[in-house]
Amino acid sequence: MAKSPETEHPQKAFGWAARDSSGVLSPFNFSRRENGDEDVTIKIHFCGICHSDLHAIKNEWGFAHYPMVPGHEIVGIVMKSGKNVEKFREGDRVGVGVMVGSCMSCDYCNQDLENYCPKMIFTYNSVYHDGTANYGGYSDMIVVDQHFVVRIPDAMPFDAGAPLLCAGVTVYSPMKYYGMTEPGKHLGIVGLGGLGHVAVKIAKAFGLKVTVISHSPGKETEAVDRLGADGFLVSSDPLKIKAAFGSMDYIIDTVSSVHALTPLLALLKPNGKLITLGLPDKPLELPIFPLVLGRKLVGGSDIGGMKETQEMLDFCAKHNITADVEVIPMDQVNVAMARLAKSDVRYRFVIDVANSLSK
Amino acid sequence: MVANQPEKEHPVPAFGLAARDPSGVLSPFNFSRRATGEKDVKFKVMYCGICHSDLHMVKNEWGTSTYPLVPGHEIVGEVTEVGSQVEKFKVGDRVGVGCMVGSCRSCDNCSNGVENYCPKMILTYAGTYHDGTITYGGYSDVMVCDEHFVVRVPDALPLDAAAPLLCAGITLYSPLRYYGLDKPGIHVGVVGLGGLGHVGVKFAKAMGAKVTVISTSPAKKQEAIERHGADSFLVSRDQEQMQAAMGTLDGIIDTVSAVHPIMPLIGLLKTHGKLVLVGAPEKPLELPVFPLLMGRKIVGGSCIGGMKETQEMLDFAAKHNITADIEVISADYVNTAMERLEKGDVKYRFVIDVAKTLQQG
Repeated sequence: MAKSPETEHPQKAFGWAARDSSGVLSPFNFSRRENGDEDVTIKIHFCGICHSDLHAIKNEWGFAHYPMVPGHEIVGIVMKSGKNVEKFREGDRVGVGVMVGSCMSCDYCNQDLENYCPKMIFTYNSVYHDGTANYGGYSDMIVVDQHFVVRIPDAMPFDAGAPLLCAGVTVYSPMKYYGMTEPGKHLGIVGLGGLGHVAVKIAKAFGLKVTVISHSPGKETEAVDRLGADGFLVSSDPLKIKAAFGSMDYIIDTVSSVHALTPLLALLKPNGKLITLGLPDKPLELPIFPLVLGRKLVGGSDIGGMKETQEMLDFCAKHNITADVEVIPMDQVNVAMARLAKSDVRYRFVIDVANSLSK
Repeated sequence: MVANQPEKEHPVPAFGLAARDPSGVLSPFNFSRRATGEKDVKFKVMYCGICHSDLHMVKNEWGTSTYPLVPGHEIVGEVTEVGSQVEKFKVGDRVGVGCMVGSCRSCDNCSNGVENYCPKMILTYAGTYHDGTITYGGYSDVMVCDEHFVVRVPDALPLDAAAPLLCAGITLYSPLRYYGLDKPGIHVGVVGLGGLGHVGVKFAKAMGAKVTVISTSPAKKQEAIERHGADSFLVSRDQEQMQAAMGTLDGIIDTVSAVHPIMPLIGLLKTHGKLVLVGAPEKPLELPVFPLLMGRKIVGGSCIGGMKETQEMLDFAAKHNITADIEVISADYVNTAMERLEKGDVKYRFVIDVAKTLQQG
């Protein structure tokens, strides 16, 4: 007979889990594996709420397993490190992002692209090498293979650094891969949410000219005055959009609902690149004429490898980049999810796990 | 209002075949070409390829046609006169003109050798030239063109079979280079085995790729492999074959201009794979986003190539013995050829023998 989540492993753990596709989270007793030779055990201090957590708990992508403890923007302190672990020791400030495992032997893993390994293991809603279910960071502690743990730079605050583990690397990686880091070039960022606001900060640190494209006119002051964007376009203002046609070298599209690509492609100069990071639950419509006539491309990107995640954190620490966060206690997580569904957050909720998660 | 009188517009009499209306039927047409300017090259047209775009344009399928319309942008011939400032060509040279005859010559695109992406690029036919007159294409006896937009046809290439390279050739060569699909040993798919596709197979093979042709017609398999040198063939409607080939291709050049699903093509790509469209369906296609993200794949487009690259393509073709597979026709067969082209009944490009068969009266 299958073991229960509580008895599956030797270390007791406690968190909040969704039980079904209503997505409502509630207290959940479970357990973590013994700290192996390659592992670190982390006491979780904060965990960011990523929009993917919301999609996942409601089974919007169709591959949910319950009970599901979400959370893949995890920061905390090392409590134990296995005998083969050299990079980390007790007391270190560390983070865990979207992956906790991969095959570690394929071409992708060997090129620091664990995120593209066909056997990559997600931090939650997945199965580990030992066949057991993975539970994420809305919990008090986690045991992770050292390869999938990063150091949080001393200069970086814990709470505001947590979202970088998903949102940060998700925008940093494509900027590097698709060559969007040339100072003076013009980047459009669609959507000013968790991903978008971090993208503005990182893009400015690369020396890019940044225009935010959003359907909310109310976000203009924030975008320009507070986050440092150079311009702002309301996507529902056809005249302003048209005036900006052919002005952007690249666009990062963070929107996860179904939306029109035609105006975005028109904003690109010839040879421009539209990189889409959101995961809508239906296909998008792709007009081909603008791609062909302007040699434009649409590309995807999915988080980043472990080496790149560390590089991103160090880059952000150097440039004083963190997420703009609203820290909440764990028992407010369902309220936060409801607000997140309406995009009512500036710009990431972060759960104060250490101070508010109690049985 | 001054009526547009094609015969009197310019000083040099010209004769060609023009469509008069969206029926697309071509008929004899007297018009004129400008005098050879300082930078112009004038040449006697020997052959002109029939591109599928010509068919779209004579029927105004893209809504941009003006009539009378003389199509033809795969034009080859022999120079008869050069302007006083022309340096690259002399009388008697074998030359060609492709899809463009002008651009702004000052924007970033023009300065970087990609005149084809200049917002003011002037098409060889149904375009408006710098002097305000309509451009007429290569289904005609004479062309006058700025030397910048003329290429040399290498001696090693027969004129008739080289003509289609001026559009079909560059349309495939450019994206193979730009998207990095020209490295030896990589595995490239070519979707569609028509005028573009068959030339694409030849270029990709010459660049050292392993090539898989993807087609809806199982009947094309033998030709693809035995005649064009493809390494393998996938029938796109055969789910089992497509499934078995998932994640095997580094890149795909898709030449199909009808609306078709690209999700299965994206599935054929390896991680970091690239799907490049060179045919332009009129309606948007469905783009599944998950596979794009999970495999960091791209979907891009490409449209002909710049002038420098077009010359480079011809020189490459000459070196590797690449020409189009053609059916040479007489000028009076052109309407029948268009009908056959519409049904895909050609192996693989019609080429009009202009010099011998396009005659007045």
